[in-house]
Amino acid sequence: MDALGAWRRAGVYAVALTGLLALVVTVSAGVGPVSIPALEVAQVILNGVRLPVGVEFTGGGGGLLRVPGIEITTHAPFEFAVDGTHAAIVRTVRLPRILLAAFVGVALAAAGTVMQGFFRNPMADPSIVGVSSGAAAGAVASIVLPFTLPFGIGLQLSAFLGGAVAGFAVYLIATRDGRTPTATLLLVGVAIQTLLSAAVSAMILFSGDSMRRVVFWLMGHLKNAGWSDVTAAALVVPPLVVALAAYARDLNVLLLGEVDASALGVDVEGSKRALLAISSVLTGAAVAVAGVIGFVGLIVPHGVRLLVGPDHRVLLPTSALAGGSFLVAADTVARAGTIELPVGIVTAAAGAPFFLYLLRTREVYEL
Amino acid sequence: MTSPLDATDLRVRLGGESVLAGVSASVERGEFVGLVGPNGAGKTTLLHTLNGTHSPDAGTVRVDGQPVGAQSSREVARQVATVPQETTLSFAFSVADVVEMGRTPYVSRFGTTTPEDHEAVERAMAAAEVAAFADRSVQSLSGGERQRVLLARALAQETETLLLDEPTASLDINHQVRTLELVADAVADGRAVVAAIHDLDLAARYCDRLLLLADGAIRAAGDPASVLASDALQTAFGVPTELSEDPTTGTPRVTAVTGDSPSSSDEEQTTVDGE
Repeated sequence: MDALGAWRRAGVYAVALTGLLALVVTVSAGVGPVSIPALEVAQVILNGVRLPVGVEFTGGGGGLLRVPGIEITTHAPFEFAVDGTHAAIVRTVRLPRILLAAFVGVALAAAGTVMQGFFRNPMADPSIVGVSSGAAAGAVASIVLPFTLPFGIGLQLSAFLGGAVAGFAVYLIATRDGRTPTATLLLVGVAIQTLLSAAVSAMILFSGDSMRRVVFWLMGHLKNAGWSDVTAAALVVPPLVVALAAYARDLNVLLLGEVDASALGVDVEGSKRALLAISSVLTGAAVAVAGVIGFVGLIVPHGVRLLVGPDHRVLLPTSALAGGSFLVAADTVARAGTIELPVGIVTAAAGAPFFLYLLRTREVYEL
Repeated sequence: MTSPLDATDLRVRLGGESVLAGVSASVERGEFVGLVGPNGAGKTTLLHTLNGTHSPDAGTVRVDGQPVGAQSSREVARQVATVPQETTLSFAFSVADVVEMGRTPYVSRFGTTTPEDHEAVERAMAAAEVAAFADRSVQSLSGGERQRVLLARALAQETETLLLDEPTASLDINHQVRTLELVADAVADGRAVVAAIHDLDLAARYCDRLLLLADGAIRAAGDPASVLASDALQTAFGVPTELSEDPTTGTPRVTAVTGDSPSSSDEEQTTVDGE
């Protein structure tokens, strides 16, 4: 029986899609003003692999994992001869950006999958509960406002906080007597999005010299990504996607309606709160580091659903990994030309036709 | 021995309107209780209150002697299963997937289904006669087949009590009888069943006991013949009725009298069934 092997099926797809992601990352790292063969990129990446081989107790810190008094000695299993300049380009310029794109793609696609299931609406995407708009307002405010925000809050933190506040406000307004009807949540989300768009428009109007920066940010970008962004994303995104996967079965049952789900033993309001909170943090984090990148959270889950079916135990991990590959590929196109495009334009331009193709060629009922 | 399901003095208000005004009911193992009454009598609300998805404003529902309000929905779902009147089956889940969702109260978050779950699903699909199309998408099924899939899902919950909300609504006569035969099999297995059934003749034919719910209260209760013969029935439905015996099944048959009834007019279409 198919249902019994859902996690196993998810595992097989996950391995295949991780392979695809590795391939896309490798090819992408070769693309740019200096073209580097994929094989050499792979060698550069493999040269960076460090395997821990022992732990030594020393006086000072050091090694890969810096714990005072403990030194973890590592061994580099690969020592390919590579061009030093090429290695530097791959390591310091291209890889951080590419890996950040992968994490952002994973976050947006996972959040989008959950939102579509949660709202039982194929047009739902991660921005639906106002998190993206809130993050955009937070980021634009930090660029435009004539004073710096207190407590050393920079653009990214300001964006993340804006998203969190907006999402939380939408949830609170839509909740009455401990219940949050999804229809109310959707409408409150739309209202808050409209309000925040007005705020962003007003700020753009008074942005003066920084307008170009604001518009570029709003269109979504991965420029200037550094290893610190990648580290932060690596700490936030994978654990949250796993946390969402813990609710995959509940999400399946919720697709049949909330009354039904409750009768089947699902803690409906608790699951909804958890799903909403986790996917909002994922979306807020993605928007904070990369701006508003549309269509990834809408198209990737929908496309993957047409291929693997509606079971979230399979759909969530596959959609997340496919989202990573999709955004890496889109960002590669965005930076490959002579003039760099905001990646949001590429995702929309590439995603929409692909989506229409899927809709026309597959038998689609609903969602 | 405590009743598998027992409700005392349930009071529910929805949107300021009193829907249930002091309803008490219980069901025993191996008993098929039919819930009859006019549209809007509160049958669905009563079923939702009995399975714990709706908390009553006053009164208590006890499952095996334990108050439902004090238990998690997961615990309740191991004791009471519900076949809903309608459910969103617009997703490409296979029949087996949907029936397997009946095991939700037994499976942990990342847990895979155990051999026991697998067996329960197989048994439920066999009992509800859906095993033949286990791999088909639920979207491709007819109304009667869908109803049996939902019954199979409820059977897979392996509960002592089974609640059904209009299991025969919108089914043709063949599927109406077929579905109720399957429910009767579950009763014969020792399950306690409460079913809202709008067709009085079918209710009389299959149920051991009927509860007449009207205006938020039980107006008559007892064996089918006595409930259907009661004046309360005519008052509840607002139409004069004649009781006769079905020549084929020998069970009571209710006929709404319309032709020479003074209350009937062109704009008042008298229907006993239909939601």
